[in-house]
Amino acid sequence: MEKQWKLLFQLFWCFFKISPVTFGGGFAMIPLIEKEIVEKRKWLTSEDVTDVFALSQTVPGGVAVNSATFIGTRIGGQKGAMAALIGVSLPTFLIVLTLGISYFFIHDNLKLDAAFKSIRISIVAMIVYAAFKTIKTAIVDKTTCCIMLVGIPALFFIHPIAAIFAGASIGILTVWIKRKKGCKVELEHRQDKESDPTQHPDYFMGAGI
Amino acid sequence: MVLWQLFKTFLVMGFVSFGGGYAMIPLIETEVTKYGWMTAEKLTNVIAIAGMSPGPIATNSAILIGYSTAGIMGAIVSAIGMLLPSMILVAIVSAFFIKLHHNPIVQSIFYGIKPLVASLIIYASIKFSFSNNLISTELSFLTISSFLIFGLSLLAIMKLKWHPLYVILLSGLVGVALYS
Repeated sequence: MEKQWKLLFQLFWCFFKISPVTFGGGFAMIPLIEKEIVEKRKWLTSEDVTDVFALSQTVPGGVAVNSATFIGTRIGGQKGAMAALIGVSLPTFLIVLTLGISYFFIHDNLKLDAAFKSIRISIVAMIVYAAFKTIKTAIVDKTTCCIMLVGIPALFFIHPIAAIFAGASIGILTVWIKRKKGCKVELEHRQDKESDPTQHPDYFMGAGI
Repeated sequence: MVLWQLFKTFLVMGFVSFGGGYAMIPLIETEVTKYGWMTAEKLTNVIAIAGMSPGPIATNSAILIGYSTAGIMGAIVSAIGMLLPSMILVAIVSAFFIKLHHNPIVQSIFYGIKPLVASLIIYASIKFSFSNNLISTELSFLTISSFLIFGLSLLAIMKLKWHPLYVILLSGLVGVALYS
């Protein structure tokens, strides 16, 4: 019993320490997970970690949160998942809340208003950059290009959730039709070093945030 | 009531939050406008603060919207709403579909979702360019300076590979110098 609590606390503490580096995206966690979980505690192998991150991207939600929960489940079952999830979420929750409280506390300040006038523009620049990055990995052929181009004006008329489901259905349908017609479908860019987000220093924008 | 609305909104969002935080902006915007939780300008500020902190941008935005609408409790229920779907889906996937990412149907779903995520982010950048007067026919000090800030920020993050936090902080200083 005591041993189990110790393991749960270790899981919690591991992710609590790693979490503050997940700036703008979960992939920034990988080197630290390697160090803490693979080398120091020997809970998983390097291949396991790569697998967990690939799997995490197929589940909605932040990559950091998902991969922590996957690793927690593997090591300590449902309780382990809970410990890892709380560990990875608590620090960022407290940091963002502190920043938010300070902002809402002084938001009528003229200097702060002026600063945010410029910051809002920089945020638009970051969204544009995230768009570039996503296009690079998402657009693999003419079909995906069409989906994207039709998707933009469609979003002015339909609910974003409906659009996501439409995208998923079109994906299943076109791949099925193409396979039926005997075309070979390249579902994603081949995983060379160039396109693997985890190998890039700028992976934190747009990929798996 | 407000707490329930916050929880419900972010719970639904948690289940569809693919492709990183910026893809969720259109959805966040739709919901925030529907309930009248905040103005477009304040929402952009909130997204800026969410981007200044570590952690997923969508979850951070949810926490801030929750806090501004219903205080600390609002922040907590919004965070739980966003995290619960991850928890549930990870449990299901761990139990039954540990090779999910190799499944051909899952791969074809993502074949369709990924370009749509790109549309969502492009849509968000169009919307925000308009709401921040970046696209304007009027030639004023505000539009010219905005355009310069936009170009330099993009250069810093794309070509010079600056950390987003530095871009935001420096941009804030530029704002104080230019607009106060």
